[in-house]
Amino acid sequence: MTQNILDIAVLICFLCMLIAMLLAFVRLVRGPSMYDRIAAIDFIASITMGFILIYSIVIKKSMYVDIAIIISLISFIGTVAISTYLKLNIKKDE
Amino acid sequence: MNSIILQLAAKYLKILFLLFALIALIRGHNYPGGGFIGGLLAALYIVYDSLAFTSQQIEKKLRIHPEQYIGAGLLCALLSFIPGIYSGSSLMKGVWLSLDIPVIGVTKLGTPLLFDIGVFLTVMGVTLLFLFTLSTKR
Repeated sequence: MTQNILDIAVLICFLCMLIAMLLAFVRLVRGPSMYDRIAAIDFIASITMGFILIYSIVIKKSMYVDIAIIISLISFIGTVAISTYLKLNIKKDE
Repeated sequence: MNSIILQLAAKYLKILFLLFALIALIRGHNYPGGGFIGGLLAALYIVYDSLAFTSQQIEKKLRIHPEQYIGAGLLCALLSFIPGIYSGSSLMKGVWLSLDIPVIGVTKLGTPLLFDIGVFLTVMGVTLLFLFTLSTKR
């Protein structure tokens, strides 16, 4: 019974994350300004982490958790880097 | 960039990158990770600093130049070839040594780990060299 509930929960989680990924992708493609796109990229990285964590629950192995941590570190650096170069460009325009 | 928040955060958060680089390096033989990922994370340790300040400042602050990292890494990888010959088999054969360290327990050290350290240093040096070359104005 417990296994059954876990299976259903995992399925619902995957479905929700797929929808969230799709919406984030729409924001990435359409996003009116650059800031929307940066937020969307960060969001997609977070959803990828979620996918990996749920998958590690499905196969019952904890080694995937480290990959999620490393993805979070790298996506953080990416967001900071894009923001830095945007700020530099704004200064040049002024 | 001149953001005091980012500069203060860089002081403490960058240690996290180095920590995970070392974890990825050490567990790399049996689990996901390894020298390449570790090297990239260790390069991010300095990249984060160079985002908070300017990369010219950081390049001056570095005690070891990126090219020296590459040299040291290649030397490490070359050294890991040699024990294979003396163990009576071919070049690059993995030779393992079991050590009983008091606190940590039995640790296995071998030539694959030395080779991984070589990859780690080389990737770190190459990434930093890319970064500093691309960020200088010509």
